[in-house]
Amino acid sequence: MMNLPTREQAGVLIVSVSGRIDHTTSEEFSKTLDPLLETCAQGHPPVLLDFAGVDYISSAGLRVLMMASRRAKAQQGAFAIAALQPLVQEVFAISRFNLIVPCYASVDSACKVLGS
Amino acid sequence: MNQVVFWGTRGSLPVSLTHRDIRERIIAALTAANGKNFKTRAALDDFVDKLPFSVAGTFGGNSSCVEIVGDSDDHFICDMGSGARPLGQAKIARFGIPNPQTYHIFISHLHWDHLMGFPYFAPMYIPGNRIVVHGCHADLEQAVRLQMQSPSFPVDYAQAGARIEFDVMTPDQPRYVSCINVTPKKQRHTGDSYGYRFESLDKTVVYSTDSEHQLENPDEHAEFSQFFRKADLVIFDAMYSLAEAVSVKADWGHSSNIVGVELCQAASVKRLALFHHEPVHDDKQLSRLVAETRRLEQITRGSQAPLEIISAYDGLTIAL
Repeated sequence: MMNLPTREQAGVLIVSVSGRIDHTTSEEFSKTLDPLLETCAQGHPPVLLDFAGVDYISSAGLRVLMMASRRAKAQQGAFAIAALQPLVQEVFAISRFNLIVPCYASVDSACKVLGS
Repeated sequence: MNQVVFWGTRGSLPVSLTHRDIRERIIAALTAANGKNFKTRAALDDFVDKLPFSVAGTFGGNSSCVEIVGDSDDHFICDMGSGARPLGQAKIARFGIPNPQTYHIFISHLHWDHLMGFPYFAPMYIPGNRIVVHGCHADLEQAVRLQMQSPSFPVDYAQAGARIEFDVMTPDQPRYVSCINVTPKKQRHTGDSYGYRFESLDKTVVYSTDSEHQLENPDEHAEFSQFFRKADLVIFDAMYSLAEAVSVKADWGHSSNIVGVELCQAASVKRLALFHHEPVHDDKQLSRLVAETRRLEQITRGSQAPLEIISAYDGLTIAL
């Protein structure tokens, strides 16, 4: 199972993601992320993925993020991503994923907006 | 195989430039000229060549129709969208009337935008011509006949002077047609669509349009990587952004530039042609799309050989 360490900052559940999320790892990423999204709902802490350690994401990985965002929205929770590496940020822009998942420059700036 | 000619590259519905589009291009070109004097035609051509594609040219608006120039005298065509009309005219202009030709037409699927050029394909009205329509849909012939019946069209299918044959192929079964091995592959699209892999002795071209990819399915990724393997050119449905393809337009049966790059990189393809352009996208948006796709290829290439990215436009001829 993929390791996704969590911590809390300013009332936000921060999930650290690292490595490559491609066609071979996206299913595992999805399965590991799934239980963390159970509480991504109204009245619970927002979930923020810290992407500082992610150096590649493929279409399959981006799809997992879309499904996560959709689930959070259905549960009226808040879901976002922060600290994308420059090349990953480019992939988000080219795929237009920056338009469907809120992306923040850093964990701190995300917590200022999302946190209590 | 030595050439591919794009006669129609637009997805879903033919489009055309408007009066306002042309006017804005003229203004942009004159602004760029900034009072320059062009003493020769060569100087003028040189200036125009340096203008952005969205000012000096256009991606065009005809729906899917691609010609593959093979090693025999027979003609190979993928789909009969509205681009089949100028293709037919070019063939008549080149070969004349009393010079029978054989056309092999491979149909991806039976949706209107891929068949609508058939009634306007002039060679079908010329006695002596032979047209073989290849495809994998059992109702291929019925669909072609249907659009040439009253009240849909004034000329009945029975008026066709050419000998028209239908060849229902089996997916994954190669068929040897005039020096080219053609292998169809089933694709995900409403009513099913089929991609075609064309292999001659030294070149491979894959035509894969109207195909949605299941990103959550690694087996599907592997299957298409195999279908595309080491192709000289893959013509790929890049109609939507990835975000659209997996969200609001999921299950609409189309793909994105991102998936095209990933599959072509995995398959060690030489050249990727973005195809089946979204009809609401103008030339600026399509120019941006190809620039972004080239950048994506660059930043995800790793240690692999570069994948050349082009965006197909009506009238583009490329050497293989």
